[in-house]
Amino acid sequence: MTGPSCRQALTPFFLAALLITGAQLAATAAHREFYLTQLILCAYYACVVLGLTFLVGYAGQISLAHGAFFAIGGYATAVLTTTPLRNSTEPWVAWLERAHWLARRPGLYGGEILTVSPWAAFLAGLLVACLAAVLIGLPALRLRGHYLAMATLGFGLIVYRLLLGSAFAGAADGITGVPPLRLGGWLEISGRASVRVRNYYFAWGFALLTLALLRNLLVSRIGLALRAIHDNESAAQAMGVPIGRVKLQAFVLSAAIAAAAGSLLTHTNGGLGPSEASAMKSVRYVALVAAGGMASLWGALAVSSILNFFSLRGWFGTLDHAVFGALLIAIVAFAPGGFGFIWRGVGLQRRLFRPRKKRLDDDPRNP
Amino acid sequence: MKRVLLALVACVLWGATGKAAEPPIKIGAIFAVTGPASFLGAPEAKTAQMLTDQLNAGGGLLGCPVQLILKDSSGSPEKAVSFAKQLIEEERVLAIIGPSTSGETLLIKPICEEAGMLLLSCAAAESIVNPVARFVFKTPQKDSQAAIWIFKTMRDKGITRIGVLSDNSGFGKAGKEQLETLAPEHAIEIVANEIYDKDATDLTDILTKVKGQNVQAIVNWSIVPAQSIVAKNMRQLGFNVPLFQSHGFGNIRYVQQAGRAAEGILFPAGRLLVVHELPDDHPQKNVLMAYKKDYESRYGEEVSTFGGHAYDAMMLVAEAVRRAQSTDRDKVRDALENLTGCVGTAGIFNFSATDHNGLGLDAFEMITVQDGQFRLYRP
Amino acid sequence: MVHLLQYVFSGVTVGSIYAIVAIGFNLVYRTTGILNFAQGEFVMLGGMVAVSLATVLPLPAAVAAAVVLVAAMGWLLEVALFRRLRRHTLLHMIIITIGLSIIIQEAARHLWDEKVRSLPYFTGDECSSVRLFGAAMSPQVLWVLGITIVIVLLLMAFLHLTLPGRAMRACAANPAAAALAGIHLPNMRALAFALSAGIGALAGCVISPISMTHYEMGGSLAIKGFAAAVLGGLGQPMAAIAGGLVVGLAESFSVSVLPAAFKDATAFAILLVVLFIRPRGFFGRPFAEEGRNA
Repeated sequence: MTGPSCRQALTPFFLAALLITGAQLAATAAHREFYLTQLILCAYYACVVLGLTFLVGYAGQISLAHGAFFAIGGYATAVLTTTPLRNSTEPWVAWLERAHWLARRPGLYGGEILTVSPWAAFLAGLLVACLAAVLIGLPALRLRGHYLAMATLGFGLIVYRLLLGSAFAGAADGITGVPPLRLGGWLEISGRASVRVRNYYFAWGFALLTLALLRNLLVSRIGLALRAIHDNESAAQAMGVPIGRVKLQAFVLSAAIAAAAGSLLTHTNGGLGPSEASAMKSVRYVALVAAGGMASLWGALAVSSILNFFSLRGWFGTLDHAVFGALLIAIVAFAPGGFGFIWRGVGLQRRLFRPRKKRLDDDPRNP
Repeated sequence: MKRVLLALVACVLWGATGKAAEPPIKIGAIFAVTGPASFLGAPEAKTAQMLTDQLNAGGGLLGCPVQLILKDSSGSPEKAVSFAKQLIEEERVLAIIGPSTSGETLLIKPICEEAGMLLLSCAAAESIVNPVARFVFKTPQKDSQAAIWIFKTMRDKGITRIGVLSDNSGFGKAGKEQLETLAPEHAIEIVANEIYDKDATDLTDILTKVKGQNVQAIVNWSIVPAQSIVAKNMRQLGFNVPLFQSHGFGNIRYVQQAGRAAEGILFPAGRLLVVHELPDDHPQKNVLMAYKKDYESRYGEEVSTFGGHAYDAMMLVAEAVRRAQSTDRDKVRDALENLTGCVGTAGIFNFSATDHNGLGLDAFEMITVQDGQFRLYRP
Repeated sequence: MVHLLQYVFSGVTVGSIYAIVAIGFNLVYRTTGILNFAQGEFVMLGGMVAVSLATVLPLPAAVAAAVVLVAAMGWLLEVALFRRLRRHTLLHMIIITIGLSIIIQEAARHLWDEKVRSLPYFTGDECSSVRLFGAAMSPQVLWVLGITIVIVLLLMAFLHLTLPGRAMRACAANPAAAALAGIHLPNMRALAFALSAGIGALAGCVISPISMTHYEMGGSLAIKGFAAAVLGGLGQPMAAIAGGLVVGLAESFSVSVLPAAFKDATAFAILLVVLFIRPRGFFGRPFAEEGRNA
């Protein structure tokens, strides 16, 4: 990228960094540092929404399975790092330990617990999520419209039901007691108050990095191919775009992001429950994509952070789900640009949020 | 607007009365007031509120007013975890009572233990106090004791082949494990062992499967409405073997929901449900009668054993604070661990460093349903 | 053998509810091109409204009133919402109906509450049991089967023998030609919504004593209903019956081999397999819909 356009692209990152730092300073100054706890969670949820925006907004492929991918990452971490490997005489346990894939830590009630190390669990979660995404994506992405929506929803529900029915995953209750994930000497990803500020910056750094990665992908060959698929699949194919492969790559990437976010959030929370995989969670991610303006990474980041923060603080009370349902209808039916109309009015839109000019997939059924 | 007004009113009131008042003793409570476990959480929340008011009417604790901070988890373990963190970090309460269900409690247990927060659970699973966590106590009877009572009754009736149903929550899982461990000791064989989703509303399929195993009795271990559904579905399938439930059946509303199908259900529970059948010299009689009278006159509904668990938890915290003569959490914990002979609704509590439940096998009675009412079971 | 029969009855009972939801999907889909993810909510609403009305009205009147009310709601939804959204894309319509389903669910949660409730048994009570070929069941099972058959027969008669029914089929077959022939398309679309809501509500009433009514029940019914509809071939109202029965039986028999907690996953697994292998279903015409790329 050349000078001016590069600066144009970097401006929002500077603004975001400023806002993130400002929020932390304000919270600390007001002795309300516990707000940061929810803001950390917001950052991870925002990553899921960013990945989904890439898939739904730019590639035009709906997924109602992202709650499941998030849960796969989270549960891989939670199950592997909390299941004690008691029969440590078994050869494979010794082998894993020699490969530094296991970790020992003192148990809460005395003794020592031997489990898979958090890093190995993190990678295992990513691997399982990618594998599941390939297995489900290969046949599902050949489908379109209602069929794709239902296939992904069906997959999500299978994951949800399997978690509910599996004793090793804590069935209806989920898992707690997940140990921290250590990143070098200075940072551990956990819910401890002493490392909260560091975790806050790590989480938001991770979210901004995800956004930067997706943004760069969008201006690359793959991004152009995706937009072409979004606009007209047959035309894209005629132009020599390998549509099957490109769609699958986008699907797997966004599933991997969701799984990574799920794993990090599980370390932050010290555990997770099956509702993370429920259809409602997946639908809420789609709602946030729509509210962000469908094809706007910055819009998705902003809207999902704000709404999730309110939701996690419990401001919506019992109307929590209703807010997201109403948002889906209101935004999609009456303001398909999402909350973009607010900043469009302020005039910041062109520089910051760059929504797409063209209408989303034109359906031959509704001429 | 309403909030602003409320805040103003609160300020004025605080200004008027707050000058001389001591800082309140904050007690956190996490109950499933709404949602599928509301038969547990609702009476618990009402009881906790009633006891708080009674304590304050009597001048509070050590001269300080008691403030109850009540959170409704609606039975969701995830909500319970986040509320527990809030109570620990933001509200800095002295102790947490609740949650209502075992699953929620088991998730909160390590959090409270790490934070050094006193937790008095109102849930039943034995794994809450075994292994013993320094700061975690519980007031309901242990599920191992419930299983022993059930097996003893079965032996008396000559039952040896049984089917076990349990839900997929922490309570169901813990109960199932106890039944499996204790069955061989009592020479009882579990020939069918099925787990269902705790939100299930039709158990015909599972009961069909169990019926095919020729069992002599069914034990169902769950706290959710499924307890009534099992009873109904069994009758509809013409499956007429005795039905045993866990001590989670102790709310008359489960009986009402099952209607005529509830007749003859057997389950172990505390004496609160059958207090009118107790002899006058029973050590628990006074406590039970007082609680029953207070609760029923204040709320106009029948008491349940669950409200009793919250009663015991509040009463134990108050007693421990009085003995410790302090609101220092560590001192209150030490006082609680050394409490003995404390009469509650569930039984007589004798805590020790190795027993954070403090109830014996004698805290249970076998109870049955007769004409839509709870009755002491007499073989 | 008796055992086998017991599973069959249990499967056919839930299967017929899936079938009715699937018929509702198809009616609306054929006439409007919308796949209404909120279809399961009509079943929930039917049960909820009837349970409330049954406290003041005799049972048959409560059920009838619930069906009429919910059908009116379906009609209203088309007139007030979907009619204004004809210009939206498929992706948008999917999201909108999902949002609608959440709103209806949450509204029900606030109007009623989170408790599980049920209508009284149509005949007998919670202990009644009838024997059929050696299998024992609640008499309500017979009610469910009977009413499903009646719904299907009446619907067939309506679609094939009456003028509005034939007009509706014409709309589905060729909207442009139907409009030229003087059929008022918007009215037909509203009628399709009302009809699918009404039969959904009736299903919600008959099943209520057996599987209870709960504000969250609609979501999973919609997906299982969709599975049934796809299995039969999307857009084929009557093929959905076969689809529904297959899904119901598979679920019920899965309990005999799998842990019961996995029962619900079975229906979704069937859905995936059908979508991946034969998205046009058993009876669907090839390339009838836009399910797969050319």
